[in-house]
Amino acid sequence: MCLAIPMRLVKIDGFTAVAEVDGVSRQVRLDLLPEAAVGDYVLIHAGLAIARVDAEHAEETLSLLRSLADEVY
Amino acid sequence: MKFIDEFRNRELVRDIARRLAAIAGGPATIMEVCGTHTMAAARFGLKTLLPPGVELISGPGCPVCVTASPDLDAFLALGERPGAILTTFGDMLRVPGSGGSLESRRAQGADVRVVYSPLDAVELARQTPEATVVFFGVGFETTMPATAMAIRQAAAYDLGNFAVLCVHKTMPAALKALLASGELRVSGLLCPGHVTTIIGAEAYDFIPRDFGLPCAVTGFEPVDMMLGIEALLRQLKDGTARVDNVYTRAVQVQANPRARELLEDVFAASDSEWRGLGVIPGSGAAIREKYARFDARARFPEIWEQLAPTPPSACRCGEVLRGVLRPVQCPLFAKACSPAQPHGPCMVSGEGACAAAYRYEKAD
Amino acid sequence: MKRILLRHGAGGREMAALIQEVFLARYGAPGFVGDDSAILGFGAQQLAFTTDSFVVDPLFFPGGDIGRLAVAGTVNDLLTAAARPLFLAASFILEEGLELEVLAAIVESMRLTAQECSVAIVTGDTKVVPRGSADKLFITTAGVGRILRPGVSGAAAVPGDKIILTGSVGDHGTAVMLAREKLLGGEGIASDAAPLTEVVLRLLEEGCEVHVMRDPTRGGIAAALNEIARQSQVSVEIEEALVPVRPGVAAACEALGLDVFQVANEGKMLIFVAPEDAARALALVKESRYGRMARLIGEVGSGPPGRVTVRTVIGTARLLDPPSGDLLPRIC
Repeated sequence: MCLAIPMRLVKIDGFTAVAEVDGVSRQVRLDLLPEAAVGDYVLIHAGLAIARVDAEHAEETLSLLRSLADEVY
Repeated sequence: MKFIDEFRNRELVRDIARRLAAIAGGPATIMEVCGTHTMAAARFGLKTLLPPGVELISGPGCPVCVTASPDLDAFLALGERPGAILTTFGDMLRVPGSGGSLESRRAQGADVRVVYSPLDAVELARQTPEATVVFFGVGFETTMPATAMAIRQAAAYDLGNFAVLCVHKTMPAALKALLASGELRVSGLLCPGHVTTIIGAEAYDFIPRDFGLPCAVTGFEPVDMMLGIEALLRQLKDGTARVDNVYTRAVQVQANPRARELLEDVFAASDSEWRGLGVIPGSGAAIREKYARFDARARFPEIWEQLAPTPPSACRCGEVLRGVLRPVQCPLFAKACSPAQPHGPCMVSGEGACAAAYRYEKAD
Repeated sequence: MKRILLRHGAGGREMAALIQEVFLARYGAPGFVGDDSAILGFGAQQLAFTTDSFVVDPLFFPGGDIGRLAVAGTVNDLLTAAARPLFLAASFILEEGLELEVLAAIVESMRLTAQECSVAIVTGDTKVVPRGSADKLFITTAGVGRILRPGVSGAAAVPGDKIILTGSVGDHGTAVMLAREKLLGGEGIASDAAPLTEVVLRLLEEGCEVHVMRDPTRGGIAAALNEIARQSQVSVEIEEALVPVRPGVAAACEALGLDVFQVANEGKMLIFVAPEDAARALALVKESRYGRMARLIGEVGSGPPGRVTVRTVIGTARLLDPPSGDLLPRIC
């Protein structure tokens, strides 16, 4: 029940940050993710960053899928 | 868009579809417990990729769908007080209560504003000290932290003109009630990925343990949803039941500790009325006593006393939400009930099972 | 329904119903086919005659203003009838208290836009209403053009027609929503408001067999394609991957839960053209200033009449229903 899109943190000031993607930006709160850093991608929902998007896990998932594509069924 | 386009890759989706066909062993009914999953499945035509006999049905994870009519009526009534500004997510605007919607009340002169975040509603209250700004706190655990933050922010500003009508609901309690009722006919659950960023995948452990049902915590892009379905079909094939996390880039096993703290500080579990499902104990959130001045229920108790009892309706959204009725099986579907003239929330909400069915599949 | 709601003006089903039940039922326009312009016989000539109102808030937004919208929108309506736009009338309803320099800037913008597409604003009217009775400024226009080729109409699409979209979708509606509601910052998101005279006249001059032209304004291409499918009683099929969308617009729509196919455009045209002329027509459009991002996005198929189908980016098919109600941001 939740639209949340990945946006990149471009500026952090305490618990307030600016997140951006493709020119779209929004001031967001980082209270749930105090360890987030500039350059991280985070999911933004209702003005709050709710989770970091982990690029390594994302790449892992995609690589696995691509390798499975080679298997024959 | 990063982390979006890669997960809308046509070839990857097709590959998973082929694997589904290979592992599917007979009919399976998968419940997507999340309105955003319903929308995504419809938007990307995912049902056409499922093997014969594998079906997706919609569950109760549509906060707009399950907001009880008396709560909406109360919010509308608050808008009639002089100086009131009602703030809401766009999703709620056209939902009918027993005597109109936020949209129709706006036509009659009520000050209704759509906001993207409850924090914006707090800023509005700060900028308009002469008005009373009330925010409609709709949504599940994904959204509750934002409302909690807004209340804490209002407290920090020491605002006297901001209140929240809190109708937030929690997923695990609702699922437990649904599963225990014995009326669900599903083979597995696609669990809502973004709620899970807050409550952690372990929140669903009780489902395979106590009910023997396979679960998959799933994201919202086409590849994500296909992976979730694949995980469930594999569990069914292997005869196992567990919670698989196929949204590893965003979801962890544990709850977000800061979210837990924040929610604990502002909210206490309460009973909550779910449209179509009745009262589910412990499935709602009530604003704690220490923040009572921001709780619309505490500040304006007379509103509830004045409400007329909700008249009975021919709407069968409750059965649709429980997965025991398909939209096309409802006698009102596409006849008396359509997006232009919705009877119940399942048709109003863009993510409601009936609206999705109407919009994308009616002619099939 | 006893009162007018905002969604009655949103370009979707409710507006169509209102027009039918309240206006047409009384005016009974002879030969009304649901196009944007009326076609009038005038001696040996045929004229296109159209009218439109502009009530956008805010008055100035990235990429344009209400004045440019007014001229471009009226000119584009005439162009959809394959008419050369000639003359415009412009009436203003001004709210007491409006700054003179705001009005002057808007009128100047209209002058420049009219000059750009060689139309003359020849007459108008001005009314001032008390503070609170109008939202700063409303503009109503009327436009007259000379039909260059008869028969171009929303009812003229036939199976086999190819569909050209002259550029990216969602720019205007997104820009205005962000400028008004301030939900997000949208750098690089700007209205596409523009008069498409060059695009259309070249196609007609070069003899392309154009059947339908429609500017997808309120309700986006979802509304326009459904209207045409219904008027012509044909099945329309488009490829989502071929519809141009600027990255910022796409991101804003994803963030707000908006369907970009339902978002308004003010400088784009859908052109249904006979298949043998499609490649040539596309090349001509791309040579025009406002057509550089033009694409062939679909065709008129052989499916059930009135149906619009989208082939999604993952290759599955889904229906594209006409929009219902105002575009609203969602969190779910």
